[in-house]
Amino acid sequence: MKKLLLATTATALMATGAFADGHAKDVKIGIILGFTGPIESITPMMADGAEVAMKEVSDSGMLLDGATVTPVRADSTCTDAAAATAAAERLVTSDGVKGIMGADCSGVTGAILANVALANGIVMVSPSATSPGLSTAEDNGLFFRTAPSDARQGVVMTEVLMDQGIKSVALTYTNNDYGKGLADAFQAAFEGAGGEVTISASHEDGKADYSAEVGALASAGGDRLVVAGYVDQGGSGIVRAALDTGAFDTFHFPDGMISAKLVENFGSEIDGSSGQHPGTDSPGAARYTELVAGAFDATSPFSPESYDAAALIMLAMQAAGSMEPGDYKDKIMDVANAPGTEIFPGELGKALELIKAGEDIDYVGASAVELIGPGESAGNYREVTYEGGEEKTAQYR
Amino acid sequence: MDSLNAIVALANFVLVPGIAYGAQLALGALGVTLIYGILRFSNFAHGDTMAFGTMFVILITWGFQSVGISAGPLPTALLALPFGIILTGLVLLGTDRVVYRFYRRTRVKPVVFVMVSLGVMFIMNGLTRFIIGPGDQRFADGERFLISARDFKEMTGLKEGLAIKTTQGITVITAIVVVAILFWFLNRTRTGKSMRAFSDNEDLALLSGINPERVVMYTWLIVAALATIAGTLYGLDKSFKPFTYFQLLLPIFAAAIVGGLGSPLGAIAGGFLIAFAEVTVTYAWKKVATYVLPEALAPDGLAQLLSTDYKFAVSFAILIIVLLFKPTGLFKGKSV
Repeated sequence: MKKLLLATTATALMATGAFADGHAKDVKIGIILGFTGPIESITPMMADGAEVAMKEVSDSGMLLDGATVTPVRADSTCTDAAAATAAAERLVTSDGVKGIMGADCSGVTGAILANVALANGIVMVSPSATSPGLSTAEDNGLFFRTAPSDARQGVVMTEVLMDQGIKSVALTYTNNDYGKGLADAFQAAFEGAGGEVTISASHEDGKADYSAEVGALASAGGDRLVVAGYVDQGGSGIVRAALDTGAFDTFHFPDGMISAKLVENFGSEIDGSSGQHPGTDSPGAARYTELVAGAFDATSPFSPESYDAAALIMLAMQAAGSMEPGDYKDKIMDVANAPGTEIFPGELGKALELIKAGEDIDYVGASAVELIGPGESAGNYREVTYEGGEEKTAQYR
Repeated sequence: MDSLNAIVALANFVLVPGIAYGAQLALGALGVTLIYGILRFSNFAHGDTMAFGTMFVILITWGFQSVGISAGPLPTALLALPFGIILTGLVLLGTDRVVYRFYRRTRVKPVVFVMVSLGVMFIMNGLTRFIIGPGDQRFADGERFLISARDFKEMTGLKEGLAIKTTQGITVITAIVVVAILFWFLNRTRTGKSMRAFSDNEDLALLSGINPERVVMYTWLIVAALATIAGTLYGLDKSFKPFTYFQLLLPIFAAAIVGGLGSPLGAIAGGFLIAFAEVTVTYAWKKVATYVLPEALAPDGLAQLLSTDYKFAVSFAILIIVLLFKPTGLFKGKSV
């Protein structure tokens, strides 16, 4: 115990010394993600992504004349709004963070925004909350996201289908916020474009048999079946039952269904189907993978978006010349969008330098960031088609 | 032509799945009803017994597949079935020896037995998940279809397709064979007759020299066979997941009670009744109606009574109606 105390004191002394030497400031940024809960398998890579950006900025020594950035992690649980709010409250009041990279799931993100961020005037940049509801949430200009709203996916999906000349579809969605939100967004967009949704029926995940659901979908008819579900869950069950009964031959798959597993499950049976999921052909993604250099899986979902979210917070601080959320919140849109020099992962130091010199930057980052409307990613989607039992990239939208 | 299309559409989405599902429920309900008739309690562990038996079959099937044994166009699981039944029988006999026998000797009330079976259910539930995992397992192989929808359309030139899966055919044939053997056994053999005597009047049966332990043993073995067959057929036709087997308990009990608890014939009728009620009430009739009715009368909506999410509510509702108005069930079983 004595030794521990001694060591702690010594470390504290040295740390103080180091700070004193550099006359440096320390900026704390909160990372609030569901480290426990339904998406715990991908959040470590998201947090690592954000920390890569923070380390890059600290190492460059360019932020606000040599400030260092310290990440503080907290658990959003993804599902428990009360626990997430308490964790965020702790970040703001006891850790004194100047911005929050998070949260992850749409439900807890809305809760933290309403209860903590608004009350304390803290900027939040979420890498993965996609619910359309967040576009209209009251945020006093404090909330941004590097993930596109599912309303956007509904529009893209409509364009993909219309371009193939499909005017009438049956729609089934997994019975949760994601499925319902996406289905509603798609239905509105598709009907707005003059298409017809013959039926919009939910399905429960984890059932053994979906022939009854498919019976209803088949009865309603349509040129194609849109399956807004999960490939590991009911989505594949629906497709299986639809193929078995001959109800539908071709399908359209949003992001929850696109995976190697889909091709593995159905092979050439789904030839002629189409789909789309967030994706970009921008060189940013490859640069990000290079930057991470195998420290963790850089292609893990929302890891690039997390890097971008953290980077945007720090670049905006530089542009405002202040680490106070009230000052830099208006700068986030400026650094994210054109005009200016394009900035890719690994170039944060250069970006900070440019900003300091008074030049504009256009942050592209790992996920081709372009913020629109109320500060959310415009969204880049990869359109895929299925031919000969393989998934093929048709184009990027 | 239109009326043919209507019949085919109806067969494809209602008749074929309904018959297969009904056969699976009937086999499950037979097991429940036998235990109720002879051992005199509602066995809540039946769904998980089905899962347990199916798990053995799946494990043996995987073993067969890995050494290259197959049944040609038929699923390998059929070869594994007898072994699965033997293992499940041993497990049930073991459970009886360790758990149920004690309560039978002390002649506890039936409701205590029900609670005991609940405990057995939780243990089997846990063991199944522990051994094979809580996720989906697919073990069907061989030919997938007797007739596929595409072939049927090409053959007949109709607009509607009719698909009959191999597993649906196997389900129905197996169910007929199993039920025939069971009725022959109960009505024609000495052991079967002693089981029925024991079910009708336990004391009289004891006086006439029937060995109760033998009757109990045979009952468990037959139940093991029924549960394993029902579980395997359901798993082949749909998919195996421990949780869905646990959920099957509701329609199975509904089937047994609707038919009349303790009546084997009632269990079969109940199984098909529940299956067809679930399928027809949740089916969207628009397509069939459009074919049959003149254009002016064709429905705009889906003509669906209940959303498919409420499938289980149908068995619940039937169960409640039967209990209220005819507690002995359709075939004069014992009242609950």
